[in-house]
Amino acid sequence: MRRISVQAEDFDPGAEIALLQACASGVGALASFVGVVRSDAVHPIVAMTLEHYPAMTAAAIHRIGEKAEQRFALAGCSIVHRVGRLLPGERIVFVGTASSHRRAALEATAFLIDWLKTSAPFWKQEHLVDGSARWVAALAQDETDAEKWLAGGPMSERLV
Amino acid sequence: MAKLRILYFAWLRERVGHSEEEVALPQGIATLRELIAWLRARHAGYEAAFAEPRLVRAAINQEFAGPDAAVADGDEVAFFPPITGG
Repeated sequence: MRRISVQAEDFDPGAEIALLQACASGVGALASFVGVVRSDAVHPIVAMTLEHYPAMTAAAIHRIGEKAEQRFALAGCSIVHRVGRLLPGERIVFVGTASSHRRAALEATAFLIDWLKTSAPFWKQEHLVDGSARWVAALAQDETDAEKWLAGGPMSERLV
Repeated sequence: MAKLRILYFAWLRERVGHSEEEVALPQGIATLRELIAWLRARHAGYEAAFAEPRLVRAAINQEFAGPDAAVADGDEVAFFPPITGG
């Protein structure tokens, strides 16, 4: 079972976990991650806009999900990613995994979120307190985090 | 003459000034690298968008592609910054 959703509206993490459990009967472990729009004293923001490449996004997430299923013997996984304008404290992304044992479920969850950060076509723009907006720069650490899972090359190639 | 549909996302879209276009390619442009060089010469917005190639990623027909990937008539080419999802 693999559930992929790219949507503007919020999701219910409890309902997502319940759905995963219902579709992956007999498993012993469910793990999940929820990403939230962060705004703190060091870097306050008013809102965040998530842009994506609609024709490519779901297919790219399916490829990442398929890799996780092959690598970690998952009974199922669920990825919900929001797009559009989001406020601080709002949920951005849900990753859930189901497996026979906890280690596979936990590691697959980390694998999925690391790959989502570098290989699904989403771009974040932050709206700042002074009214300006800035595109979030990709962190080299995010690519390092994703590539540590790899034996081969990165999934997204650089142009130089 | 080969035609391509080209999409731009995030700050590349802002610098180019539009989110998509159809272009008729002159002879001799066979790869993404050559396409970028040709686009950069079109006007200042493209030059600004592609000024730092290390910050540009691409896809051909919704698959990530590197600079030496071939472009062909009817392809959908997308240019975008490094991904910041999750």
